[in-house]
Amino acid sequence: MNWLWGAILFWLAAWGFNAWLARQPVAKTRAVRLFVPALFGVTLLILWEGIVRGLNVPGVILPAPSVIWGTLKSSVPILWGDFVQTILKGALSGYLIGCGSAVLTAVMIDRSPFLQRGLLPVGNFVAALPIVGIAPILVMWFGFDWQSKAAVVVVMVFFPVLVNTVAGLAATDRMQRDLMATYSASYWQTLMKLRLPAAMPFIFNGLKIATTLALIGAIVAEFFGSPIKGMGFRISTAVGQLALDMVWAEIAVAALAGSAFYGLVATLERAATFWHPSQRGR
Amino acid sequence: MRSLLPILAVVAAIIALWYGATVWLNSQWSYDQAARAGVEISFSEMVSDTMAQERPVLPAPHQVALGLWQGVAGQKITSKRSLVYHGWITFSATMLGFAIGTGLGILLAVGIVHDKAMDMSVMPWAIASQTVPILAIAPMVIVVLGGPPLNVPPLLSKAVIAAYLTFFPVVVGMVKGLRSPDGMQLDLLSTYNASRGQTFWKLRLPASMPYLFASLKVAVAAAVVGTIVAELPSGAVAGLGARLLQGSYYGQTVQIWAALFAAATLAAGLVVIIGVIERSVLARMGMAR
Repeated sequence: MNWLWGAILFWLAAWGFNAWLARQPVAKTRAVRLFVPALFGVTLLILWEGIVRGLNVPGVILPAPSVIWGTLKSSVPILWGDFVQTILKGALSGYLIGCGSAVLTAVMIDRSPFLQRGLLPVGNFVAALPIVGIAPILVMWFGFDWQSKAAVVVVMVFFPVLVNTVAGLAATDRMQRDLMATYSASYWQTLMKLRLPAAMPFIFNGLKIATTLALIGAIVAEFFGSPIKGMGFRISTAVGQLALDMVWAEIAVAALAGSAFYGLVATLERAATFWHPSQRGR
Repeated sequence: MRSLLPILAVVAAIIALWYGATVWLNSQWSYDQAARAGVEISFSEMVSDTMAQERPVLPAPHQVALGLWQGVAGQKITSKRSLVYHGWITFSATMLGFAIGTGLGILLAVGIVHDKAMDMSVMPWAIASQTVPILAIAPMVIVVLGGPPLNVPPLLSKAVIAAYLTFFPVVVGMVKGLRSPDGMQLDLLSTYNASRGQTFWKLRLPASMPYLFASLKVAVAAAVVGTIVAELPSGAVAGLGARLLQGSYYGQTVQIWAALFAAATLAAGLVVIIGVIERSVLARMGMAR
């Protein structure tokens, strides 16, 4: 029981400290802005550990963070193999193909207002559908290895990126396009020098949404069949063996990979759209 | 309605492409069958055969439509083969989770807006959690909650996933919405000597409605996906996700596609319903654009 009370005590103390810190004048500084959520995260972990130990929750329901950390450390080769299979081979290749073809398609349909009016509502509609459902079909077509996962990812990321890119290409105003016309710029010059750069904030919005979708697609597709490695495979088999520490270790890897992927795209965005007001403000 | 014609044209093009792909993907099987039977088949015979295979690589649109029709209208709705039955299982879990997630999300957003410490500690995690592939844990949650010591009924454990996926878009959207009144409006209420509660009920909550509905639309689509994925792990026997999985085990492609379209219709229908509610609520509040 000591564990439980200790954790609760720590939680209250940390909460009080955070509340006190938030009211201080230093709350505006960057260090405090990072420290407060970090302390909150640590508090959650300690509360979790305390509850699991204090109430003797069995490991098949909820393993303690320390146990998960132990599994994470001792099974690095397995986790790395799964990471390569699912994230690098499945998600990343599908992401690149899907986003690349979506941007190209958007540029192509941009020349035809008819297609735009037709494709945008359809694209918006498809973007809201449970596309993960095509995973079993694509696994049937492309086999169990990473190619089928990449195919699922391609379909999942295509429409959000397409819709955002088309919206972005329409984001320049009359005055700017007229300026390009007075320079006697050709269609491609206008596209490369004005419209694509102006579309970047929208495109990156789509790309950021697509990062999460890519990981979800790659992992869920593995539930329908995969070689004997991969994060989705490991999660579903480890659940079957009630080895929940392994499941949580995979989830930790997936969370880290997801955040890193998102962070990478956000960094690229900052580099590519440094001129945009939303980036200049900081 | 100006865009009706382009939309129809695009949809027609998609269907035409689909038929083309059907012939292309299924022709191998037709030729193999013919070769095994020792007969030559002409091109037109091959085409008509690809449209009517029992387990095609890609079922033709009319086969899917027929499968969907038989699933919806061809069975008693209590039958295990009825898509209405499976759709209802998915729908009820989605709605339960959606309601729980929306309620908790709004509560947390209210807390975040009114308490600085909560804002600083919770908000970064709420945003960061959007980048994490949450859906991957769905099977584990189902197995753990439904397992021996806890024995949560499947409806509720699926709803937990749907609630989780609903929760974060609602929190992020509601926080943005509750913060949307500008300084001038807040100043006006403070000149009226309004209390925090009055400011909340009379200004912040009404002002947040457009944001709430925008996130509800995202959230309900995510909740449907969450419920379907939650139905995938072994053990689930009912629901559109289980239908997908069974179809993939037994190679029943028509069944997979029919379940997929049923799920798509469900998701699209829910988004449309929320859109209609949004329009009427905003119109009543004088905020319609």
